[in-house]
Amino acid sequence: MVIDSRKIRELEKKARQVRLMIVEMLARAGSGHPGGSLSSTDILTALYFSVMRHRPNDPDWPDRDRFHLSKGHCCPALYAVLALQGYFPKEELTRLRQLGCILQGHPDRHTPGVDVCSGSLGQGLSVALGMSLAARVSGRDYRTYCLLGDGEIQEGNVWEAAMAAAHFHCDNLCAIVDYNNYQIDGRVSDVMALEPLADKWRSFGWYVQAIDGHNMAAIIKALEGTKKVKERPSVIIAKTIKGKGVSFMENVADFHGRVPNKDETSLAIKELS
Amino acid sequence: MPELLYQRDVYGQTLVELGRRCADVVVCDADLSGSTRTAFFGKEFPQRFFNFGVAEQNMMATAAGLASCGKVVFASTFAMFASGRAWEQIRNTICYSNLDVKIVATHAGVTVGPDGASHQALEDLAIMRAIPNLRVIVPCDGPETREAVLAAFETPGPFYIRLGRAKVPTIEGRQPFVLGKGALLADGKDVALIACGVMVLEVLKAREELAKKGISAQVINMASVKPLDEGLVRRAAAGTKGLVVCEEHSVTGGLGSAVAEFCAENGPARMAFIGVRNKFGQSGAEPDLMKEYRLTASDIVAAAQRLLSSQ
Repeated sequence: MVIDSRKIRELEKKARQVRLMIVEMLARAGSGHPGGSLSSTDILTALYFSVMRHRPNDPDWPDRDRFHLSKGHCCPALYAVLALQGYFPKEELTRLRQLGCILQGHPDRHTPGVDVCSGSLGQGLSVALGMSLAARVSGRDYRTYCLLGDGEIQEGNVWEAAMAAAHFHCDNLCAIVDYNNYQIDGRVSDVMALEPLADKWRSFGWYVQAIDGHNMAAIIKALEGTKKVKERPSVIIAKTIKGKGVSFMENVADFHGRVPNKDETSLAIKELS
Repeated sequence: MPELLYQRDVYGQTLVELGRRCADVVVCDADLSGSTRTAFFGKEFPQRFFNFGVAEQNMMATAAGLASCGKVVFASTFAMFASGRAWEQIRNTICYSNLDVKIVATHAGVTVGPDGASHQALEDLAIMRAIPNLRVIVPCDGPETREAVLAAFETPGPFYIRLGRAKVPTIEGRQPFVLGKGALLADGKDVALIACGVMVLEVLKAREELAKKGISAQVINMASVKPLDEGLVRRAAAGTKGLVVCEEHSVTGGLGSAVAEFCAENGPARMAFIGVRNKFGQSGAEPDLMKEYRLTASDIVAAAQRLLSSQ
């Protein structure tokens, strides 16, 4: 497909805005996961602002494309995107992680636009598989997208789901691995290596694309490409940078689960503004 | 002779009935569809039946995804694997999301028989009962199984329904199952015998034995373990000198614990517990196992007598 370069520039601008919102909401909340939120921002922006069919004012529309954030700890990125789309007022972002808020520390169904809870890693690809099978049972043509963390796919449940999605020929299912190569305890390759990752998915029967997860044109091209794949599920292995967009957070494992302090926040906002 | 039925046969037949009634009914299994009888549904509705192979965690989380799209999902395997292997998928993905997944687990308790301890779930009620939003039902016979499955279908939200492996006699004179309600099967003033599942038959036998000894026992079928019929427990505690709670399950965390929790907070009752005490099961014939683990009518009689004599 031909990708309009103006549209790409708009999406890049939107992603920058999402990153700024992530830093601001996490700094205010005082806890949360900036690293993976920032690494997955471009993917989420592409999905919600270009690729997916959805209606923010009708979150239960039966024909909407489904998105499931399996790496639930990166919900600040999802919350920012949903707020920008109008699923709920942007002011809600200021109450992230507070008692009684609609934006929990990990996604749950208090948030308009979230269909199933996540946060406990390894279960989301199964949830997405269920959504994909439901489309088949109902004769609907929506697609299901699922964002996985790289550390997350060390969970065995992910590979049970991978086996089943190929067995059931779920070509309406697309997984994206946010491959930033950091997990809480350090580099994924040191903690529990995943390579050869593309071969693993291929051997499970998936259509595999490996891309730069911060190249908006590449993300759009890969996601749109999965719509044409027949008889098998698709996975996009998106090579990303943990903490992408904030110089001192990039590739720093510490920022997996630590929010910036006051000085760091000012610096980050300056970089993103 | 009362009619003997496999609860799982009735479950399979009820699924087919529901499948015909509602196009949104979807059934999942994990390589045990012949044993759980979900295969009955799979044969008639292959497009709405998914066998996930030996992968219970994936089955449960996938069931959640299906339910999030408006399906009423029945997910079945043996009680051991349904509750144990996939507990966290049930807790975090099905129940936290409060989705329409009806877990119907078969082959619970020691009456699994020769397969032995690895397959005899004795802790499932404890770990399922602790999960918010989840209703926990233990039907006592074939017809009650059908009623419980229909109630689960008609009631939004997640359920755990526990069935046995063996054929069980149909209990005569039983009232229809109502979610959150127990049923007084027989009245009595000295002691109340509260039971669920296969133990309902045992307490009915125990009542006859106790009558011969001049002890009047009331019998309560408490199929709805959660929500518990607190009013009925209160009346049983007030109307007798003590409660004997009987379950084919560990005495830790199951029906006995549910009754005890209520009684401890709302006026103490003398209680005795019939159940498995800090032990795994083992291989054997069902009647021998019931004896070995002190789950028979005579064990219940002895417990009731001890309870009354220690007043």
